[in-house]
Amino acid sequence: MGELKYYLIRRLLTFIPTIIGVTLLTFLIARVIPANPAVLWAGGIKAKPEVVQLLIKKYHLDKPPHIQYFYYLKDIFTGHWGISPVTHRPVIADIATYFPATAELALFSLFVTIFIGIPLGVISALKKDTWIDHVVRIIAISGASMPVFWLGIILQWIFYYSLGLLPATGRGIPPRITYTGLYLLDSLLCGDFEAFRSNLQHIILPGFTLAYPCIGLVARITRSSVLDVLSADFIDYARIRGLKPSFVFRHVFRNASIPIITILGLLFGSLLCGAVITETVFSWPGLGTYTVAAISNIDYPAIMGVTLIIGLVYVTVNLIVDILYAIIDPRIRL
Amino acid sequence: MRLLHILHNWRKRNRARLREYKLMFTALTRSPTAIAGLVLSMSFIILGIVGPYIAPYNPIEIDFEKMHELRLQPPSWEHPFGTDEFGRDLFSRVLCGARISLMVAIVVLSIAIPLGIVLGLIAGYFGGVVDEVIMRVTDVFLSFPGLILAIAFSAAFGASIWSAMAAIALVWWPPYVRVVRGQVLQIKESLFVEAAKALGLNPLKIMFRHILPNALTPVIVLATLDFGSVILVAAALSFIGLGAQPPTPEWGRLVADGRAYFPEKWWYVFFPGLAIFLTALGWNLLGDALRDVLDPRYRRRLEFKERRGR
Repeated sequence: MGELKYYLIRRLLTFIPTIIGVTLLTFLIARVIPANPAVLWAGGIKAKPEVVQLLIKKYHLDKPPHIQYFYYLKDIFTGHWGISPVTHRPVIADIATYFPATAELALFSLFVTIFIGIPLGVISALKKDTWIDHVVRIIAISGASMPVFWLGIILQWIFYYSLGLLPATGRGIPPRITYTGLYLLDSLLCGDFEAFRSNLQHIILPGFTLAYPCIGLVARITRSSVLDVLSADFIDYARIRGLKPSFVFRHVFRNASIPIITILGLLFGSLLCGAVITETVFSWPGLGTYTVAAISNIDYPAIMGVTLIIGLVYVTVNLIVDILYAIIDPRIRL
Repeated sequence: MRLLHILHNWRKRNRARLREYKLMFTALTRSPTAIAGLVLSMSFIILGIVGPYIAPYNPIEIDFEKMHELRLQPPSWEHPFGTDEFGRDLFSRVLCGARISLMVAIVVLSIAIPLGIVLGLIAGYFGGVVDEVIMRVTDVFLSFPGLILAIAFSAAFGASIWSAMAAIALVWWPPYVRVVRGQVLQIKESLFVEAAKALGLNPLKIMFRHILPNALTPVIVLATLDFGSVILVAAALSFIGLGAQPPTPEWGRLVADGRAYFPEKWWYVFFPGLAIFLTALGWNLLGDALRDVLDPRYRRRLEFKERRGR
C-alpha cells in the first residue's frame, strides 16, 4: 500500500495549483476582461453611482490586479462571493439553495447513463458487426449531434402534451424531511413514498434528456475497451483453462472498466453543463435556471458564482475519479 | 502540349500519393453513413453560401400590412416550414440561419485550431519550461466544462453573436494543443527529424514543414467532429439568451422564440431544431468516417481486399 499513499499525496498536491488556476481564470473573467467591473457587478447601466463607488471600495477594484486577486481569493475562501444586484442576497446563499436540485438531476442522469450505456456497449462488443452494434452506433452519433434543448422540447411534446404520461416541468413535491436536498434520496430516507413517486415522475424526462448524449458516448467507449480486453492473451488462457463463461466475463469486465471510469469525471462535467440548458427547458429549479435568469437580468455576480462553483465541483470530481482509478488499477500508482 | 507534359510528369512523380487519394475516395464512398455525412455537410455548406439568395421571402423584414393574416401559419406550399409570430416565412429564416451557423463554425475553428496547433508544436518540440507553462495554462482551461466557461466569457463580453464566437474560440483550443503535442512528442524522435536537425535547418522549418504534416491526421478528424459541436454550442448559447440577438435568424434563437407558442405551433420549434440536428449529424458522420479513411492500416486492409476480389 506504500505506493498508493505516495500517489495520493502527489495527486493531492497537484490539486493546489489546479485550484489556483481555476480561481485565476474566474478572476480574469470577472475583474480584468470587463472594462468597468464595478458597474457590471452593480447591475449594468442602471447601476447607481454610489453603489458603484461602494463596490470599488469593497472589492478593492482601484488596486493593481495582483492585489485584487489576493482579496478575491480571500473572499472566495471566506464565503463572500458577492451580492446579487437582482435578488439582493449573497450569491453563495443563492447557490446553496439551487445546487441540490442540479446535483440531483446530474446524478440521476449519470446513473441513467451508466445503467443504459454500459450494457449497450457490452452487448455491441459481444455482437460486433450485427444489427445491434449498428443501432448502438446510430444512438451514439445521433446523441453527439443532438441539441439537448430541442430534444427536451420534443420529449415534452410526446410524453406530456400527446400521451399525458409524465409531467413536463418543475420538481416533485418536497419530502417531509430534507437531509441532503436531493428529494429522491430524502423521500426514500424518511419513507415518504408519495413524494418519491412524484419526484421520480418529474425527474424522468429531464434526466433522460440530459443523459441521451452521454449514453452513446459511454456505450462506444465500453464497446472498444471490451473488444480490447477480449483480444488479450489472458482471456484466451482463461478460456483454454475451461473457465465458465461467467468467470471469463468477470476478468473481461474488471479490466474493461478502467477506461470507462476515467471518462466518468469528464462525463459529470458535461452533465453539469448540459444541466444548465436542460433545466431551462424543464423549469427545473436548479443552477441552470438560476444562471439563465441571471443572464437575462445581467446579474453578473451570479453568473461568475455559478462558473466558479461548477469549476470547483468539476475539479473535485476529477480528483475523486483519479483516486478511484489508482485504487482499481495498480499500474497507475507507479 | 507543354502543360499536358508537365501534368503527365507530375502524375508520374506522385503516383503513390495519387493511388492513396483514390483509395481514400473508395473508402469514403464504400460506407452508406459516410455518404450520408458527406451529403449533409456539403449541402449545409452550399446552403450557407447561397441560402440568402434562394430564400423565397425576406427573412428579417416584417410586412406590417399582412402581419395579422400571415401570423403563425402552419406549414403549407407557400410556407413549407410555416410562419413566425410576425408573419415571416420560417423556411427563409432557417435557410439564412445556415449562413450564421456556418460563419460561427468557420470563425471559431479558424481561431482555435491554428492557436492550438502552434502552441502544441511549441510545447512538444521545445519541451522543458515552455512545455510546462503551455500545458499548465491548457489544463486550467480544461478544468472547466467548456460550455460554462463559454457562458462566463460571453457574459463578460456582452451578449452578441460576435462575443459568442470569441467566447467559444477561447474555450475551444485546449484539446488541439493536447493532440498536437502528443503527436509531436512521437514524431520528434523519428530519423527524418534527426536528419533535418543535423542538416542545421531552423526549428521553425522543422516544425512546420517536417513535423506538422505528419501530425495533422487526428487534427483533421477532430476538426470535422468539432464543426458540428461548435454549431451545437453556439445554438445553446443563443437559446439561453447569449449569442445571437433578434431579429438574427440564428437556429438556437429560433427554437427559443418558438417555445412561447409550443406545442400548438409546433413547426416554429421543430424545423429550426431539426436543422441543427441534421447539420451536426452530417459533420459527426463525416468525422467518424474520416477517422477510418485517414488511417493507413484501414486503407491497406481495403487494398488487400480489393486485390483479392480481382
